[in-house]
Amino acid sequence: MTFTKLMAGIALVALTTTSAIAGSHTVRMGTEGAYAPYNFINDNGEVDGYEIELGNELCKRAELDCTWVTNDWDSIIPNLVSGNYDTIMAGMSITAERDEVIDFTSEYFPADPSSYVALAGAGAEATTGTVAAQTATIQASYVASSDATVVEYATMEDTIAAVRNGEADSVLADHAALKDIVDASGGVLAFVGDDVAIGGGVGMGVRESDGELRGKFEAAIAAMKADGSLNALIAKWFDGRDAGY
Amino acid sequence: MFEYCTDPKLIEGFQWWSCYLTTGKHMSFYFSFVVVLGLLALTVPFILLFGFTGALARRATFAPIRWFGTIYTSMVRGVPDIIFFLFVPIAMDQGIEIIRHKIKCSDWSEPIRQGNDFVVCAAAKMPLSSSPQWVHETYGFMLATIAFAIVFGAFAANTIHGALGAVPKEQLETGAAFGMSPKQIFRRIHLPQMWVYALPGLSNLWMILIKASPLLFLLGVEDIVYWARELGGSKTARFTYPHGDWRLGYFMFLLVFYLFLTWISEKFFDRIMHRLSRGQNTAAGMS
Amino acid sequence: MSCFETFTGYALRSIGIGERLLPKTDFTLCDQFVLIGSGMIWNVYFAVVALSLGFFFAVALALGRSSDNPIARIPSRVFIFVIRGSPLFIQFFLIYEFFVMIPKMGWDINLGFIEITVETRWLTKAWLGALITLFLNTAGYTANIFYGALQSIPKGDIEAAYAIGMSKRQVFWRISFPTMLRLAWPSYTNEAIFLFHATALVFFSSFPAWRQEGDALYYASYFADKTFNPFVPYPIIALYFISFTLLIILGFGWVDKRLNRHIAPNK
Repeated sequence: MTFTKLMAGIALVALTTTSAIAGSHTVRMGTEGAYAPYNFINDNGEVDGYEIELGNELCKRAELDCTWVTNDWDSIIPNLVSGNYDTIMAGMSITAERDEVIDFTSEYFPADPSSYVALAGAGAEATTGTVAAQTATIQASYVASSDATVVEYATMEDTIAAVRNGEADSVLADHAALKDIVDASGGVLAFVGDDVAIGGGVGMGVRESDGELRGKFEAAIAAMKADGSLNALIAKWFDGRDAGY
Repeated sequence: MFEYCTDPKLIEGFQWWSCYLTTGKHMSFYFSFVVVLGLLALTVPFILLFGFTGALARRATFAPIRWFGTIYTSMVRGVPDIIFFLFVPIAMDQGIEIIRHKIKCSDWSEPIRQGNDFVVCAAAKMPLSSSPQWVHETYGFMLATIAFAIVFGAFAANTIHGALGAVPKEQLETGAAFGMSPKQIFRRIHLPQMWVYALPGLSNLWMILIKASPLLFLLGVEDIVYWARELGGSKTARFTYPHGDWRLGYFMFLLVFYLFLTWISEKFFDRIMHRLSRGQNTAAGMS
Repeated sequence: MSCFETFTGYALRSIGIGERLLPKTDFTLCDQFVLIGSGMIWNVYFAVVALSLGFFFAVALALGRSSDNPIARIPSRVFIFVIRGSPLFIQFFLIYEFFVMIPKMGWDINLGFIEITVETRWLTKAWLGALITLFLNTAGYTANIFYGALQSIPKGDIEAAYAIGMSKRQVFWRISFPTMLRLAWPSYTNEAIFLFHATALVFFSSFPAWRQEGDALYYASYFADKTFNPFVPYPIIALYFISFTLLIILGFGWVDKRLNRHIAPNK
């Protein structure tokens, strides 16, 4: 059968390529590349952002050889546990559910409140009407449990567009991500209502079986907190915000 | 790219556009067209291979092979490709690593599944974590090719199966009357004559394949749609070239590209069909 | 929560009947089967309505495409080319953008016994907006299949019909139309399967989901996201799609037999 021959051929190639020289172990860092200012693709087509600069610094301190990999948000955890990369730095809040499946380092960005954004001039009632959120985010489940009507869009871009064109009264998302957008809107969009605290700080995700790697990054994060360089980095990327580490 | 691009805030009009459209990110966008076309071209032989294998398996006299052929074509055709791509490539990847793990690290005592984690020894990783990024990308590309070939191969198998059945029996019987062996009949008459019946279905499949390229992103290949969405999304002042939501423009560009590709493909298939029909006992061939 | 309770609470969740909140922790296989199955209501709704309405539009387009009158031929041809030449997700995006731009209005329509309000804002909802997109899409593809079949009708059949004095109308309804269906049916079956599968795209990348009411893929990715394990929900939804696809094949096969019942079997 040609089919079995083909499968055998594929298997053979798969088994013989790049024979084991596992000496220099490169740490593959997973990120999404679509969540400015945490991580995004810059105009040169390279990953950039707070987490990229931080990750590179952590690798330098931990004396690791690191490389960045982008992955779709929806499958970012399954691909970590199946070993396609070794860490996640993607603006991921430390939550109890995620912690059951993967391990986190201690946070490298403090818990960021979520905020509502509506068209300028809207009152607080915009937060209880139709609220847009990105599918499968903690904000989406928060709105679903509240009295407001949740409407879920595939991307962050779509949620903002929904507010602009009147499909939704407001959008709920991370404050830091929304701030950029509100600033750039030229007064069309504005924060509305009270912030809500959902989710914990942002940490680096690693496999539960990868305690050694977690330890190295943990130490590097602690060192950066102690010498104030983490605060400086946050201030640089988040409009002078004082994280107070 | 150009010298005057060093400070985009100071330039406007034509200069701004010429700088904007030649950023590294746009280059990745343009290059992704090559990637997508290359992947499509690379997939075709595999699709035909899977298609033939499936179709021949369905005609096999040995029952288990026939069942295999039937199950393959009906199962894969029954699942939307998008759902197939959401879990099969990860499963294939893990499968390959388990086999490598069994061979290379037979002395490894820890289990492969530790809670949620899938852990194989470092030497079994595919590709090795020490290999450069291009190896990982090539591997991802290969995985995507195979995944596409499995899905579209099932549809091709169906078309080829039908086409093999559509070849007039008399032609095969004539071959037998000339004293040809079954193998000769298959290779000299059945197979060449089959194409004219399979081509409309296969060309239709190609049209569907072209339009499935956005699914490549699910397989980790950064395709034209990924970059169009990425470039078209509104850019705040953090970026060198800030702009609003330009997805409409980028998607219109993709629309033109796809229409053009379809148009070229139609022309191409018309020509092949014309050549294949020459002297055939069909309406197009008789005219 | 027993599986029966899950069923009563969530079987119709996708259309807003039953529990308001989705399960959040301790997902059982039963939860996943019921909710994903509930989402299938949407997929079946989209497929059935789009296919049945699209069928008529497709016949009209196929006739237009083969007409001698350029006013009918050229628009049909362009429509079919654009639909067949562009990916469905771009069609979803463009049509959604277009519907969003339409000003929000409403008209009261008196049907005699009941007065209903027709609103343009329905267009941006999946149940109408996505349905229209799928309807246009299947009409374009089906029209091409029907057009090809119309071209393949043996000339002799039609000439014979005219010779025995049938009117143009009679020739169409008694000869061309049934022959066209018979010739087109195998390809049309494939198109029905493709359209059914395409319904999985509705909430995945284009139309928003309201109150967490979505199709099967919406719930499958919800579970995949919450459990971080793609190997349970996706095979479940695959199973659902395979079963429904088999139903389509059986149903269309039955029609095919009826269409060909006057023809002697091959073997």
